[in-house]
Amino acid sequence: MYEGVLQNLIDELGMLPGVGPKSAQRIAFHLLAAEPADVKRLAHALLEVKDKVRFCRVCGNVAAEEECRICRDTRRDTHVICVVEESKDVVAIEKTREFRGRYHVLGGAISPIDGVGPDDLRIRELMTRLADGRVTELIIATDPNLEGEATATYLARLVKPMGLKVTRLASGLPVGGDLEYADEVTLGRAFEGRRLLDV
Amino acid sequence: MSLYRDEGIVLRTHKLGEADRIVTVLTRRTGKVRGVAKGVRRTMSRFGARLEPFTHVDLQLHNGRTLDVITQAETIHPYGEALVHDYPRYTAGSAMLETADRLIMGEKEPALRQFLLLVGGLRTLGSGGHEPRLVLDAYFLRSLAVAGYAPALEACARCKAPAVRAFAIVAGGVVCGACRPAGSAVPAGETIALMSALLKGDWATADASEGRHRAECSGLVAAYLQWHLEHGIRSLRHVEREPASSTTLD
Ligand SMILES: [Zn+2]
Ligand SMILES: [Zn+2]
Repeated sequence: MYEGVLQNLIDELGMLPGVGPKSAQRIAFHLLAAEPADVKRLAHALLEVKDKVRFCRVCGNVAAEEECRICRDTRRDTHVICVVEESKDVVAIEKTREFRGRYHVLGGAISPIDGVGPDDLRIRELMTRLADGRVTELIIATDPNLEGEATATYLARLVKPMGLKVTRLASGLPVGGDLEYADEVTLGRAFEGRRLLDV
Repeated sequence: MSLYRDEGIVLRTHKLGEADRIVTVLTRRTGKVRGVAKGVRRTMSRFGARLEPFTHVDLQLHNGRTLDVITQAETIHPYGEALVHDYPRYTAGSAMLETADRLIMGEKEPALRQFLLLVGGLRTLGSGGHEPRLVLDAYFLRSLAVAGYAPALEACARCKAPAVRAFAIVAGGVVCGACRPAGSAVPAGETIALMSALLKGDWATADASEGRHRAECSGLVAAYLQWHLEHGIRSLRHVEREPASSTTLD
């Protein structure tokens, strides 16, 4: 344990994902030794991100304005929506340059054991987007693990009466992982070889 | 560091750091074990889907200071595959895993009967022969029985009188008119018969039961389970009941 303010910082850092007590201590001492201007810049960036970044009112992706860059882009195909769990999955898919439609960010995956059900995700918003019949294909790109697969099952069943084409990223993505860790080539191939989901 | 080997069902996983997971497994010989799987979230991980919930795995672990480290995992049976493409079965299975995790509190205390019960429950759920909620309720009743909390269903839980009228969670099952505490439920006789059938594994009776008795049974069993666990089962809220028309009587 350290004196008040330093311990405070270590505790705060320790609450970040992936940062254990040891790493928190290392980061804190690094900051302590850093130039004041560098630390100010970091502090400013932290405050600014909370202040300026929000979530797109259409797709739920991170955005600097009411709507994200992708939803505002008129060149994007409005007939296809790709459903992902997190904003970082949008980044991963954009890198492949395989997809020219729009996204829908759910904000997670269905995981009953963690108390996360369909109502805790942005599924109602997705249904609203699909209601006008413009979208003809829904690509479900949730993570290739159990929760992602169960979420895909749920969505496919839910939109079935709407009669649109529902596809799932092809295998080649070894199951068990997070989408954000897939390399561009594998992910690109998974997009090309997506298969129809039949429920 | 010493190495050991066991087989078990993956109950749940938690993200750890950048790409690792803490995996909770109910094993055949060792009981409940928590181990770290390094790099498992990378899509090229050598573990692949072997450490996903529901999977029956053969494991090799290193005894660690706080957590054991999983060094090898081979799939014995991927129960999740049959469940994940059927939402009612997936949610029922999730409630099973959560209950096993809650019911078996201590780590590394052998719980062979609970392990066998869970394997049996997942197999039955995946085979699709019975309504998932019935399979779940049967699992609840039997795992409670193994834990020493079997509800009395034939005679009064307090005085053993044969004439029973109500179901009282605090009394431990059905009670007679004289022993009945205030506020106890008065379920239909068929509902008690259904609970009894599920506890004994009498599927002919269970499959032939009516929807309203199944719903009443589920309500009582859930309340009884959560009272004994002194804890809510989070998955239960998300368990779906299959429409009665789609259940088969085989
Ligand atoms: Zn957007
Ligand atoms: Zn009595």
